Amino acid sequence: MTAESLSNKKNEWLFHSGPHAQIVVSSRVRLARNLEKRPFPGWAKKAERLQLMKEVQVALEALPQMKEAFSEQMENLTLLEKQVLVERHLISREHAEKSAGSALVISMNQTLSVMINEEDHLRIQAILPGFQLKETFALITQVDTQLEENLSFAFHRKLGYLTACPSNVGTGMRVSAMLHLPGLVLLEHMNKIINSVNKMGLVVRGLYGEGSDAIGNLFQISNQITLGEKEEDIIERLHVVIEQILAHETNARGVLRHQQTETLQDQIGRAYGILLHAHSVSTKEALNLLSLLKLGVDLGLFSLEVHALVDELFMEVQPAHLQKSSQLLKMTSKQRDALRARRLRETLEKIPPPGLNNNS
Amino acid sequence: MLCDLCKTKEATVFLTHLVEGNTQNLNLCEPCSQVHDMHDSMGFALADLLLGLGASHQIEKAALACPHCGFSQRDFKKQGRLGCSVCYDIFAEGLALMLRNMHRGVTHTGKVPRKIAAIYQRTAELEALKKSLAQAISKEAYEEAARYRDLIHRMEHTPAQQKENSSQALEEELLPPKNALPGAKNSHQ
Ligand SMILES: [Zn+2]
Ligand SMILES: [Zn+2]
Repeated sequence: MTAESLSNKKNEWLFHSGPHAQIVVSSRVRLARNLEKRPFPGWAKKAERLQLMKEVQVALEALPQMKEAFSEQMENLTLLEKQVLVERHLISREHAEKSAGSALVISMNQTLSVMINEEDHLRIQAILPGFQLKETFALITQVDTQLEENLSFAFHRKLGYLTACPSNVGTGMRVSAMLHLPGLVLLEHMNKIINSVNKMGLVVRGLYGEGSDAIGNLFQISNQITLGEKEEDIIERLHVVIEQILAHETNARGVLRHQQTETLQDQIGRAYGILLHAHSVSTKEALNLLSLLKLGVDLGLFSLEVHALVDELFMEVQPAHLQKSSQLLKMTSKQRDALRARRLRETLEKIPPPGLNNNS
Repeated sequence: MLCDLCKTKEATVFLTHLVEGNTQNLNLCEPCSQVHDMHDSMGFALADLLLGLGASHQIEKAALACPHCGFSQRDFKKQGRLGCSVCYDIFAEGLALMLRNMHRGVTHTGKVPRKIAAIYQRTAELEALKKSLAQAISKEAYEEAARYRDLIHRMEHTPAQQKENSSQALEEELLPPKNALPGAKNSHQ
């Protein structure tokens, strides 16, 4: 598969709405793995990185899950292609900066991706739409177990899987979910949630931006501790906490719908108005307003077909995606803001204004 | 009681941390407690912990380098990452406390790669056999002892691929209490 066809293909995890997809956008599990006795990427010489990269690439391409996968060295990707992958959460920002000696393997449906020679030799990631932590874990475990047959992972009797940074040692596992929480943000309950979740050894942060000031009301919740707790227990702990946040968000939306109807209609109406008429929109503004439209769909202020349109816009308004679609090699941010506004207007024109009776 | 950090001086400062609702005790000597004070209670700065140790009173350790990859504590200060998997053993002492502060425990309880699990099992079986052998010898049950010695010998000379089935084979061997003279060695092969 080429980089072109990869970015033309839609993200499976974004567009299929999984369980509780109104609030839990996606579930993700990442495993850090390293090869025994080989220097970690940050300490290895270029020749060592290249050698290891080839070995790992071969092992990955042999996996049934990676049939017809996208497998490429980072130096062969353009800056724009890398950025598109970052926006899709398929690679990290750190990996996008890598070139010779680092590579990337992504399954055809984009649910599995492996960064080779990022901070660790392998960073395996599985991502599924909606609230599916256990399913995602099952998927990645299968891949990990198959890889073990051909690769000798660095494993310590006491410390478990060894990683370049001691903070990942043990399971090497980071589990996370992307949550859309406009209700809790509008009712200003997010700080309370963040504090109580932090006390449980889990981390909540804005997907873009910092702390409770999350752009697009998107938050990521993940485990921090990787040593001393079994994988299944980590997943379970996160699962329970997300269930609670789900309940709080549902509650908040109920309060908005029934007790603060005017505020809600005002917010969503304004979002619709700006997106329909603006001629220059930044990424941050676009995501914040789209979040309100998404909430509007969930609360029945728009018809259900609008859901897919809004979800698609969430990805399409991001800088690299936007520039890719323009076919231009270079764009100033001013040009991008104008193009973004045009795309938004074009789509919004197909959507009738929000009304409380759209669903009945 | 010796200091948890340097393990050389008498601990005179006793600290209690709250990590996710669990209390954790830390007993430190005076110099180590000063290093510790500079950091906040939840987690020591990574590099400073390793290097702070060397800086306070283990200077000779700062020059310590991993014989496998050449990585030193000074490099850790710069990178915040280790050099290779062997480094975990070389810098084990400094890492132990850091890990204790970062994580829920210091021992991995999760997944074990299949190949390694097989080796662990084999090691455990061997240890059990050696223990039985010692017991047999101490009660002068020489026939029994010969049987264990034989099993140990055979296990230690089994090629890697046969290891996985070894536990089943052993069980069969151990069940019937028949003549266990050295000559019986070939009866099951
Ligand atoms: Zn001390
Ligand atoms: Zn090393």
